[in-house]
Amino acid sequence: MASELKANKVHEPLFHLAKRDNMPRHKALLIRIASIAVGFVFICVFAFLIVGWNPADILSTMLDGSFGTPNRRWDLFEKTAILLCISVAVTPAFRMRFWNIGAEGQTLISCLAAASCMKLIGTRVPNPLLLLIMLGAAVLAGAIWAVIPAIFKAFWNTNETLFTLMMNYVATQVTSYFVYIWSVPRGSGHVGVINSDSRAGWIVSGQYPYLLNILIVIVMTITTYIYLNYCKQGYEISVVGESENTARYIGINVKIVIIRTMLISGALCGLAGFLIVAGADHTIIANSVGGQGFTAIMVSWLGKFNPLIMSFFAFLLSFLGKGAKEITTLTGLDSAFADIITGFVIFCIIGCEFFIHYSIRFRRKEDKA
Amino acid sequence: MKKFVVMLLSLAMVLALTACASGKKGDEGSAEYKDIKIGLICLHNEQSTYDLNFINAMKETCKTLGIPESRMIIVTNIPESNACYEAAKDLVDRGCNIIFADSFGHEDFLIQAAKEFPKVQFLHATGTKAHTEGLANYHNAFASIYEGRYAAGVAAGLKLNEMIESGKITPEKAVMGYVGAYTYAEVISGYTSFYLGAKSVCPSVTMKVQFTGSWYDETEEKEAAQKLIKAGCVLISQHADSMGAPTACETAGVPNVSYNGSTVSACPNTFIVSSRINWAPYYTFAINCVKDGKTIPADWSAGFAEGSVELSAVNDKAAAAGTQDKINAVIADLKAGKINVFSTDTFTVDGKKLDSYMADIDSDADYTPDTEVIKDGYFHESEFRSAPAFDLKIDGIELLNSKF
Repeated sequence: MASELKANKVHEPLFHLAKRDNMPRHKALLIRIASIAVGFVFICVFAFLIVGWNPADILSTMLDGSFGTPNRRWDLFEKTAILLCISVAVTPAFRMRFWNIGAEGQTLISCLAAASCMKLIGTRVPNPLLLLIMLGAAVLAGAIWAVIPAIFKAFWNTNETLFTLMMNYVATQVTSYFVYIWSVPRGSGHVGVINSDSRAGWIVSGQYPYLLNILIVIVMTITTYIYLNYCKQGYEISVVGESENTARYIGINVKIVIIRTMLISGALCGLAGFLIVAGADHTIIANSVGGQGFTAIMVSWLGKFNPLIMSFFAFLLSFLGKGAKEITTLTGLDSAFADIITGFVIFCIIGCEFFIHYSIRFRRKEDKA
Repeated sequence: MKKFVVMLLSLAMVLALTACASGKKGDEGSAEYKDIKIGLICLHNEQSTYDLNFINAMKETCKTLGIPESRMIIVTNIPESNACYEAAKDLVDRGCNIIFADSFGHEDFLIQAAKEFPKVQFLHATGTKAHTEGLANYHNAFASIYEGRYAAGVAAGLKLNEMIESGKITPEKAVMGYVGAYTYAEVISGYTSFYLGAKSVCPSVTMKVQFTGSWYDETEEKEAAQKLIKAGCVLISQHADSMGAPTACETAGVPNVSYNGSTVSACPNTFIVSSRINWAPYYTFAINCVKDGKTIPADWSAGFAEGSVELSAVNDKAAAAGTQDKINAVIADLKAGKINVFSTDTFTVDGKKLDSYMADIDSDADYTPDTEVIKDGYFHESEFRSAPAFDLKIDGIELLNSKF
């Protein structure tokens, strides 16, 4: 009897996955919000195990670290602005499925271009003109750095991911070389703050530090959003991304779109480089971009290549970074703690996409025959 | 929809369950230092031997003076960019009245903050600009670490002598290797004093130097050490802050003279001795100045005599016999002023003895020489400014690369 039953039974696993069709938008949004909340629960449990603080303390410390003083708020928004600027910059290329991971190098070489204008031209021209020259040089440098792999991709179909990655290393080496040439004192490997007395080439926002940086990035984000969604060129980018053959069939010149889009991506990285040097650092080091060119790739993906959603994620990551830093400062923990915390939240956000696209069906109780 | 409400509720439960009262310490510390609040800005974290040295000294100083941890704030991984200025401002916001920064590249950003907050004292290790900036609240400090390097060099020389005596190498094969960060005076002064220390006991010694172009790059430093070993160096020392060079030496079985602190636990078979700057005397001095309302000098430097320079215990397993006794004698002589490390009798440049050298003490972009530093038969290191200025390329030391 028992063996008979076994033979007849179709083996059904404990649960199986089924592709979900369109989940209502509000439901998907709720899942995403819940995933961030789950991320914070992970943070609280983890931090409780490590430092023994209760969740209220952890969250209030993170809020305090980001918003506690006017300086912290400005710093938070400035960090968000730069990260968002680079994230928006990589987005046009991503929409075209051109996997540009060279934002780090494109931004760095723009930093170098802006800093060299500051150093070499200095006070010889009025400050507004100098700032324009710096902006022009930075945008040009970023665009050149981005268009080289684009040309190779368009004409010889080289792998853009490897190419843009390698360009990062070239940018780092070129920057190191100039830092060596310009270092003061000799051989120290530091250029130091440029024009610290005359403040030539500094973006000065009066009593509100970084205000101009932030405004520029807001304008740039909205403009890019409009360009990508409501302009013919933005549409062409999407078509090339969907299918190059379709694009060709409807008469889009794919080569031109690839090159034009990467010029735009690079130029926007150039804007970021200009803001880093003129608006914050006023110097150049090989680490001026500090890995934000790579974080930006993640922000762009999390924001589904939509500049407006990306601004939320750029803010979230900056907040997590600053909040976690505050915890490490107060507890003396290793700063890797900040990375772990950020990792929890990103893991949950990415993981929740799975539940939006698939549903889990559990095995039903066996019907009695 | 229901599921979400349930989920959110359960989240709230988890939060509530983990919630429990966390007691904050109410330690007020010694009354004498009740108005002191200290901030320390570090380039890296405790993984870097350089930063660890600053952090340990700060903890020790505060413990000795009775300053509780709640009034000692250490921020780590602060890059040499605007982030340093932001970190300094944030420490001011937290109520710090003394702020230290440990990395050379922090200097300009600390000066920027110092101009903005004249009531807060800013102290910067290894910097060069305090004496030219003329700010009442910005100060540089260093230590006569060349004395420590010299004494450590003596230990290296004794090890070479042991190798020569045992027939392991011939006198002309006594080649040391040195992993340096940058072609900067701080590094040059360090390896030259180390070399002169070795030469004082082993006259045939020569040295090769490989630069990495970074203060902290474990892979580069390891590779540099391996390259030097391959090039025939029988003993390695370094001025870079990771464990790269010491661990490469341990793997290859080549003796190592370390820096910033003992690396004996990671390198039990090859570690000979290590020199380091002890920042506690300077911290204590500066904190007391602020407490008593006294002026802190623009430049401060001290050596063995004041306890600012220290040598670790000698590792008998790797060092030559009698090293500790010899080192003790050398340190006593340095304290008594009987040895001038950079005496012009002990080195030549392009085969000639020097009787004059103009150094770029007031750093500028053109490296204009501005100060005569050779007087009374020796190079006056760390006297005109606290940071090292010795950047001569002396005979017997070969630079394998120099574009850093």
